[in-house]
Amino acid sequence: MIRRTCLSVAGFLVAGSARADWAINMPRGVTELSAETHDLHMQVFYWCCAIAFVVFGAMIWSLIRHRKSRGVEPAKFSHSMTAEVIWTIIPIIILLLMAVPAAETLIKLEDGRKPDLTVVVTGYQWKWHYAYQGEDVAFYSTLARASADARRKNSGIDPFTVDNYLLDVDKPLVVPKGAKVRILLTSNDVIHAWWVPDLAIKKDAVPGFIHETFFRAAEAGVFRGQCAELCGMDHGYMPIVVEVVEPEAYQAWLATEKNTAAELASAN
Amino acid sequence: MGSAVTDAHGHGQAQAIGHGHDEHGPAKGVRRWLYATNHKDIGTMYLVFSCLMFFIGGSMALVIRSELFTPGLQFVAPNVFNQMTTMHALVMVFGAVMPAFVGLANWMIPMMIGAPDMALPRMNNWSFWILPVAFSILLSTLFMPGGAPAGGWTMYPPLVLQTGDAFPFLIFSVHLMGLSSIMGAINVIVTIINMRTAEMSLLKMPMFVWTWLITAYLLIAVMPVLAGAVTMLLTDQFFGTSFFLAAGGGDPVMFQHIFWFFGHPEVYIMILPAFGVVSEIIPTFARKPLFGHDSMVYAASSIAFLSFIVWAHHMFTVGMPLTGQLFFMFATMLIAVPTGVKVFNWTATMWKGAMTFETPMLFSLAFLFLFTIGGFSGLMLAVVSSDIQYHDSYFVVAHFHYVLVPGSIFGIMAAVYYWLPKWTGHMYNERLGQVHFWLSAIFVNVTFFPMHFLGLAGMPRRIPDYSTQFTDFNSIASIGAIGFGISQFLFIYIVVQCVRKQGAKASAAVWENPKGLEWTVPSPAPYHTFNEPPHVTAGAAFS
Repeated sequence: MIRRTCLSVAGFLVAGSARADWAINMPRGVTELSAETHDLHMQVFYWCCAIAFVVFGAMIWSLIRHRKSRGVEPAKFSHSMTAEVIWTIIPIIILLLMAVPAAETLIKLEDGRKPDLTVVVTGYQWKWHYAYQGEDVAFYSTLARASADARRKNSGIDPFTVDNYLLDVDKPLVVPKGAKVRILLTSNDVIHAWWVPDLAIKKDAVPGFIHETFFRAAEAGVFRGQCAELCGMDHGYMPIVVEVVEPEAYQAWLATEKNTAAELASAN
Repeated sequence: MGSAVTDAHGHGQAQAIGHGHDEHGPAKGVRRWLYATNHKDIGTMYLVFSCLMFFIGGSMALVIRSELFTPGLQFVAPNVFNQMTTMHALVMVFGAVMPAFVGLANWMIPMMIGAPDMALPRMNNWSFWILPVAFSILLSTLFMPGGAPAGGWTMYPPLVLQTGDAFPFLIFSVHLMGLSSIMGAINVIVTIINMRTAEMSLLKMPMFVWTWLITAYLLIAVMPVLAGAVTMLLTDQFFGTSFFLAAGGGDPVMFQHIFWFFGHPEVYIMILPAFGVVSEIIPTFARKPLFGHDSMVYAASSIAFLSFIVWAHHMFTVGMPLTGQLFFMFATMLIAVPTGVKVFNWTATMWKGAMTFETPMLFSLAFLFLFTIGGFSGLMLAVVSSDIQYHDSYFVVAHFHYVLVPGSIFGIMAAVYYWLPKWTGHMYNERLGQVHFWLSAIFVNVTFFPMHFLGLAGMPRRIPDYSTQFTDFNSIASIGAIGFGISQFLFIYIVVQCVRKQGAKASAAVWENPKGLEWTVPSPAPYHTFNEPPHVTAGAAFS
């Protein structure tokens, strides 16, 4: 144990950056809205930086200049209506400048009309169930075997040897590129939340209620996320993997899935 | 002695000490504490209790950070991990931060408004002694079948209903904490409204008294709401109701609305008194009156009002109507205005002052910088579409720890260093105090700043294990947390040393010409102060 910890400290100091990426910012994502959300996030962040520059600048200036050790005499003033009006009005203006694009993006986020396909996502303790509405395709998606083995307490398996440790599933959600995918979320037990950062989607799955969200991925690829609402013991072990493929590949996948389902049905 | 504040009689204290049954000393032994009605004794008990809880809650945090040092499970099972996150929050919020501020209120409010004691001393005793009972119950759940509550301190149903034997004990202890807070708040309000010395009009009150008055009203408004919410959980579990169970026609999300109607004002309950503390300390060490005292009062009141209409920003992902989301986004952004006024006014207080940097001032300055960083991330969180990405990620963990640790906790520590000489009659070790400050200030950033990155990169909160790309920042945060935890033993050492009178004797004023009635009484403050109401001279120093 101690050896392992020491090793990982050493690893972290020497080669840490080599094996793990130092991602420090929100991903730009692969949907129009994820990019827009990212830009909004950066815009508000830059406003904060600008305000911080002014406010912290004034504080630091004051800390350097207005210290007793420099022999200054303290001023006597204790209020200024003008100053206070100014620093009430300016923040309000900045907030208005932020509020307008924020509201615009939000309105777009809520416009789930005219989806190309709909998937009903149901949260379970501790896995996801995906059902393609109108198609005879439905399956559970659980933590991949390799991660499930390695995650056991003192399993002896180094998580760094496992591909996409804790972010891999046995059967991913497959959707076509460019299609507007509507996600209908609900839960079978407690509240879960379906979060895929690259798609800029996070929505609670509430038992007894159906919530709607959507995405339109502009790029093919594999996008990973996790349950984001504490849902009990294995909350950390119900990842989400969305595989965005070309429309033809999607059709082929769908056909295979349907065949499998039909074969299973006839076998029974 | 404060130049603007004088005791016109001059002989008030001496006379009382000489004769009269009012001026008895404390009772001996355990009865002094068990039967305590003296505001100073009760204040001390609150502060000691809070400190104990700070270390218990802190050790739980260290279990969490140790487990998260590297990927893979090394120390605790996932269910124990969840118990730790849940109990850490409950202990820190209700056991460490809130009682610490009540302790400061007990000690300082009577002395700051020229009152001999709190208005309701016996209720004061009761509201304190409920707390050890409440936390004994809560902490005992760690040893129950099924373990301690593990559904998060927010107690969201249906998950919280899966708690084992601990469930009714959780509800009962929350009820007791609420009872204690409500009684403490009533006491503060009655004391401030009725027991001010005659010449202290409301707007002449020191900021710490003002912010506590507002806080007390918030407590009375929202603690019953929490009590109602957890009672509904109790009846859902044991008496067949379905307030929050969809299968019976209830709505799990309704709990979240009710909880956060309590929870958001609760956030300000934990920070407003710290605003008050900082507003006392900065003028003293800048040797300049607080800038815009009255607008500080209005800003604090506006924050309190707004805190009631922003609760749903904690739940932007639960599926609210668009109009609801827009409303809560705009209302939340609005809070930046009065909060900004406060930060600007503190800066203006420092501006053209003659500052020195004793430990209380250092903690207040760190508060000013780091709380503002927490405010910035708060503004970012207000924007719904970005919040959907931040929600329930480590970005949120970073945000609320920035406002709670270098915010509330640093405020409490600043207050302790500021008033400790008044309480004990001796100075603390300034050199060690500054070492404690620098260790705390550095490690708090090492701990919590990387969490911003983790959250943005996609790490959810409340998970015992994580994917390998999150390793580096988690390791840094864990090192910071361990450093921060160890540094706090220095705090205990400094305080104990001061209480055992190992520092220089403190004068009545302690600092260079501080304003306020508390500095007109000797150090240590006599067991009974202001048996006769003191005078506050015209043009009071406070405004």
